[in-house]
Amino acid sequence: MTGADVAITIATDRCIGAAMCALTAPEVFTQDDEGVSRLLPGAPVRAHDGRVREAVRACPVQAITVHDD
Amino acid sequence: MTETTSPPAASEAPAYPMTRSCPYRMPVGYEELRERGPLTKVTLYDGRQVWLVAGNEVGRTLFPDPRLSSNVLHPNFPFLAPRIAAQTQQRAAPPLVGVDDPEHGRQRRMVIPGFGIRRIAALRPEIERIAEGLVDDMIERGSPAELLSQYALPLPSAAICALLGVPYEDRGYFDERSRHVLSSAGEDEADRARTAFTEILTYLHDLIARKEKQPGDGLIDELIAHQLSEGSVDTHELAMVCSLLLVSGHETTSNMIALGTVTLLEHPEQLARVRADDTLLPGAVEELMRFTSIGDVLMRVAVEDIEIAGQTIRAGDGVAMSTMLMNRDPHAWDDPDTFDITRSSGRHVAFGYGIHQCIGQNLARAEMEIAFRTLFRRIPGLRVPVASDRLPLNAPYVLQGVAELPVEW
Ligand code: HEM
Ligand code: SF4
Repeated sequence: MTGADVAITIATDRCIGAAMCALTAPEVFTQDDEGVSRLLPGAPVRAHDGRVREAVRACPVQAITVHDD
Repeated sequence: MTETTSPPAASEAPAYPMTRSCPYRMPVGYEELRERGPLTKVTLYDGRQVWLVAGNEVGRTLFPDPRLSSNVLHPNFPFLAPRIAAQTQQRAAPPLVGVDDPEHGRQRRMVIPGFGIRRIAALRPEIERIAEGLVDDMIERGSPAELLSQYALPLPSAAICALLGVPYEDRGYFDERSRHVLSSAGEDEADRARTAFTEILTYLHDLIARKEKQPGDGLIDELIAHQLSEGSVDTHELAMVCSLLLVSGHETTSNMIALGTVTLLEHPEQLARVRADDTLLPGAVEELMRFTSIGDVLMRVAVEDIEIAGQTIRAGDGVAMSTMLMNRDPHAWDDPDTFDITRSSGRHVAFGYGIHQCIGQNLARAEMEIAFRTLFRRIPGLRVPVASDRLPLNAPYVLQGVAELPVEW
């Protein structure tokens, strides 16, 4: 799967700001000023596929979805 | 409630919770519970049988399930000890941790900006100053010392007060009171816990009133400026939420700092590695969280039937989520009972999982890293003169940890 392009969506209405995503894959996720998860603009998603999948698993409210092309 | 209807044979549903004899090892009976499978039954003090969740996967599926409620005022909500039942029935449900969505979501959204990763990163230099200052005092007073009251408790206390904007000089007041709220165990201590909580709440009402006239720069001030003035929260709810943050910010991390120190000292080869390589510290903290699982038992009540792991949890059933058993599930980790700071302990549930997952976790991580780094750097010869299974421990139905930690150097 590594190398395939992926799109990520975050259900920000569900996010509880635990920042597990930003902790697990800091090059892809960040937090806005409200403490809610955001994707970093232009994040190198493809290279960090494994970490992103780990972040999906780590999110306590399953707010992150990865869509494979 | 001393007479109960035909208690089941001990082997069917063992008495729960169980007492640890070593502060970081599993209670003796956990071995058997773990072998029985991911979802079994245990018997509480009042004879009631509840589900015990021990498997990591089953736990991670159940924690986020909205059919499990955290509402302590639900008539079937299970309690681990008569003291906790009595304490809860006398007052309203605690905010955040004791309520369900949508109320929970509203309260959580109100406070998460205060615990964001950048905020916490900005607080690190302050936490470092606090830690250095406490070690200075300890060294000046000399060996021996009591680590809990001289280091492990005042550090998180000063940090949460700084974050919330509670004046420095009022700190001592909370150190003592939040201890009573969270870890007091005996019958007569139940009264003390209630009084202490009321006093903290009253203090926060006063503080909010003072801050409305004379704003400062903490999270409480922000909540007053935005939420309170906009009417999205009233003074009472704000005071309740802030008391919860204050109390949870104290005792949890202090227990981890004390217990973490014991655990590291008893694994000297791993402690040596952390000391030699600072980049191993965050992983060591996660492993300490997994290994010690101080918030072992998190209670829930089912509000609808749930089919899981080949069984049916019925509406009204109590559910005990054992974070320690989930964190030592052999399906999730190799040699789960081995302390290994280099393992990937990422799937631990020591901060909970689901909508209630600890809001203070990134603050707690920063505090623990700084606390261990500072302590072991400044006092390299630190030792505990007592074997760990001889240390006085907290009761099994409150946060796990040592009640006292004598140290020498
Ligand atoms: C190492 C230290 C800590 C541990 C082990 C810990 C553990 C936990 C656990 C297991 C939960 C989930 C409870 C449940 O699901 O029923 C929780 C929730 C919570 N924790 Fe922590 N915690 C720690 C530090 C802190 C700190 C420093 C704060 C500071 C404010 C804090 C505030 C909270 C709050 C407010 C909740 C409730 C969140 C909610 O219901 O949305 N905790 N914590
Ligand atoms: S891990 Fe999930 S809940 Fe936490 S900040 Fe990221 S998206 Fe939000």
